Amino acid sequence: MKILIMGCGRVGARLASLLDSDGHEVTILDIETYSFRRLPPSFGGTALYGNGIDEETLKKAGIEDCDVFVAVTQGDNRNVMACQIAKHVFNVSRVVCRIYDPLREEMYATLGLETISPTKVFSQLLREKIEG
Amino acid sequence: MYIIVVGGGRLGYYLLKALLKEGHEVLLLEKDARICKTITDELGSVCYRGDGCEAATLAEVGTGRADMFVAVTGDDEDNLVSCQVAKHKHNVPRTICRLRNPQNAALFKKLGVDVTISTTDLILEAIEREVPTHPLTHLLTIDEKGLVVVDVKISQESATVGKTVKELSLPEKSNLALIIPAQGGARTPQANTVLQAGDQIIAVTTPESEEALRNALRGI
Repeated sequence: MKILIMGCGRVGARLASLLDSDGHEVTILDIETYSFRRLPPSFGGTALYGNGIDEETLKKAGIEDCDVFVAVTQGDNRNVMACQIAKHVFNVSRVVCRIYDPLREEMYATLGLETISPTKVFSQLLREKIEG
Repeated sequence: MYIIVVGGGRLGYYLLKALLKEGHEVLLLEKDARICKTITDELGSVCYRGDGCEAATLAEVGTGRADMFVAVTGDDEDNLVSCQVAKHKHNVPRTICRLRNPQNAALFKKLGVDVTISTTDLILEAIEREVPTHPLTHLLTIDEKGLVVVDVKISQESATVGKTVKELSLPEKSNLALIIPAQGGARTPQANTVLQAGDQIIAVTTPESEEALRNALRGI
């Protein structure tokens, strides 16, 4: 699969290297080239400097023929906007969006985005661990 | 009218003041406590500290009864999300969004924002209006009907000088509304009105036919 990831933070970089070693064609975007230091030397995909909420940048990153788009920047709103561009402008078949704020996450889930709220997931995990 | 403004930057601040002066009920949402305090000290309790993108904050300030929601922070993505939350969670009838990147206009409309305002485009239009030699100027966009009102100047070199209105081959859905001659008052164009150099023509057309209309009026 062709996968485009926006945001090369800890999650983005790790996801990129995992998917890359699974044999997928991965491109990762970030607005700071310094973030690419997180990618392991073995990473065989493309690291691209640019802003994922800009249609031109997304085109350059090859969004038009990608199968999956993942937004994992620090900003919920940036993720939401980029995912809506991917879904509604470029008709990417699968769009996954990280949204920290659970309320916002629920709203965009009902609006048709595939969303994950780490806040919800992780607090649930901790709760299960603690309550045994 | 109850109007909520998101973003207490310079634009939000002056917008708040202007709307208050017009007698509206206005509330400004701003994340920064310091800015909030400055505004409250000056204008009274018209500023609420909170994130305009959060549904909970918007519920606290009674967004459900707002008639208008205006997002004017400096970030397009924040403006988009707060307008979407206002629209989808609180059913605000009219959402207005400031754009930094004019290319986002079409996308934001598609995503449910009612009105987008791009400062870049506004300044560009103002410049076009100020440049006297510019042959076609935008005056107004009527979004709901898909029409634009434009101003075309007939110059000395135009091949249409001396021709009558019925001799022009205007594109479809284009109408001449008014002719303002260099001297004398404005008049409604008739089929046999003769175009003269220096005439200013106010016309209604579609965004697609703009170029064709300009060419028709200049005789290219």
